[in-house]
Amino acid sequence: MHWPIDIIVLTFVIFCAIAALSVKDLLGTAILFGAYSFLMCLLWTIMGAVDVAFTEASVGAGVSTVFFVAAIFRTRRRTKD
Amino acid sequence: MRFFAFIVVCLTGALLLYGTGEFPDWGDPNSPASLHLSNYYIENALNDTGAPNFVTAVVADYRGFDTMFETAVIFCGGLACFLLLRDFREKKDHYYRHIPTGVILHVKDSQKPLTIGKEFGYMDKDWVPPDLIIKTVCRILIPFIQIYAMYVVAHGDYSPGGGFQGGVIFGSSLILLAISYDLKTLVKRVKERVLGIFAAAGVLLYAGIAALCMLMGGNFLDYSKLAPLVPWNSHHNIRAIGMLGVEIGVGIAVMAVMLIIYINIVSEGRHDEGL
Amino acid sequence: MSDVLSLIVAKYNYWLYVILMMIGLYGMIAKNNLVKKIVGMNIFQTAIILFYVSVGYKRDATIPILANAHDAHGATAIHAADYINPLTSCLMLTAIVVSVATFGYAMALAVRIYQRYQTLEEDELRMRLSEE
Repeated sequence: MHWPIDIIVLTFVIFCAIAALSVKDLLGTAILFGAYSFLMCLLWTIMGAVDVAFTEASVGAGVSTVFFVAAIFRTRRRTKD
Repeated sequence: MRFFAFIVVCLTGALLLYGTGEFPDWGDPNSPASLHLSNYYIENALNDTGAPNFVTAVVADYRGFDTMFETAVIFCGGLACFLLLRDFREKKDHYYRHIPTGVILHVKDSQKPLTIGKEFGYMDKDWVPPDLIIKTVCRILIPFIQIYAMYVVAHGDYSPGGGFQGGVIFGSSLILLAISYDLKTLVKRVKERVLGIFAAAGVLLYAGIAALCMLMGGNFLDYSKLAPLVPWNSHHNIRAIGMLGVEIGVGIAVMAVMLIIYINIVSEGRHDEGL
Repeated sequence: MSDVLSLIVAKYNYWLYVILMMIGLYGMIAKNNLVKKIVGMNIFQTAIILFYVSVGYKRDATIPILANAHDAHGATAIHAADYINPLTSCLMLTAIVVSVATFGYAMALAVRIYQRYQTLEEDELRMRLSEE
């Protein structure tokens, strides 16, 4: 059984999701969102869906974060909430 | 507003939690989702398609129609970014760097652009000197990333991977070029027109292979009818070869679309300076 | 006691997907910044993907790639219970790729809105719109 790893990763996932939504710096949101995607990818590898995990690792943690940082570069970094 | 949102979220959550009570246990092999269709895929995918990776077999063959229109969705995403952001107006002021001395020139008259060459170099407004270590490492790394991307596309039916992942990895290798050097370098090497053609050609390659099957006398996307086109193929895996062609089309389209989205976002559609 | 424990082991993955979905929904409704709303939307999407992948998981099963596919001994019998469900993986693979297209498009919209109104906060945007 690998449920201890599963529970640890799930805790981190929820922590990252809440942090990404509550940080007041959008660049911090971008990085936390990348970490969230990567932990999700880890979770799907644990559950055996390797193709989904591979896609998420390249798309969610890679290219999405780059788009995010590019958009912040062209807009404002600070936010009110 | 917050209070209202909190109540709505709590209600939705309570409803969903109530719904989970009826679910089969997590990891139960006899759950309804794992009893009907998926068993057919697992037991017959190798005989039907010749691809040991069931997911690729389902994506590119059994549900090939789905994937074709999904590639079209990706293409539309790139097209929408282009239409929203692309700005063809010339910028008024340009920055140049006198290379021998390092003096920065700010030319406000756009009528007389300086020739870029040995003496003057183009420069972004917020320009930082390129870091030697980052440039060298990225220059060494990029070809290996691209080879890995091609490996991912080519081995899609034997290992996790396929057109989407390979295309995204290839696109991100070129984005790495834009980040480590500057956007001008990328735009000069990979022209915008080429990207547009690639994005359309990938979707067309997919649809073309599918239509070719019709011309050869089969159904749309029936790869087995392609066998006369590859006479040297002695194994019975013609469907795997058709899937490979389709995956290459998907990879090309995804690569081009990722680059289109990145370049348009980072330069606000002007394709001149970025991160 | 063991009843409760087995219930937790059987269901905790689903509960966590519900929690993630609640987080994403809250971000979409309550956050003021448009980029934060987009992040909330993406968290919502990944929660749904997590749900699908959890449905497809089977205990004591391996990844959906056929073992010994090209053995010299010929094809051995394939037991469907040995491999996890490939169908949910396939559906979610397409969902992720579509999600990146929507994400890029949403970011392009955010950049465009910022170009026009010089802000991404929802209340300021509403003010600017009413001024026009």
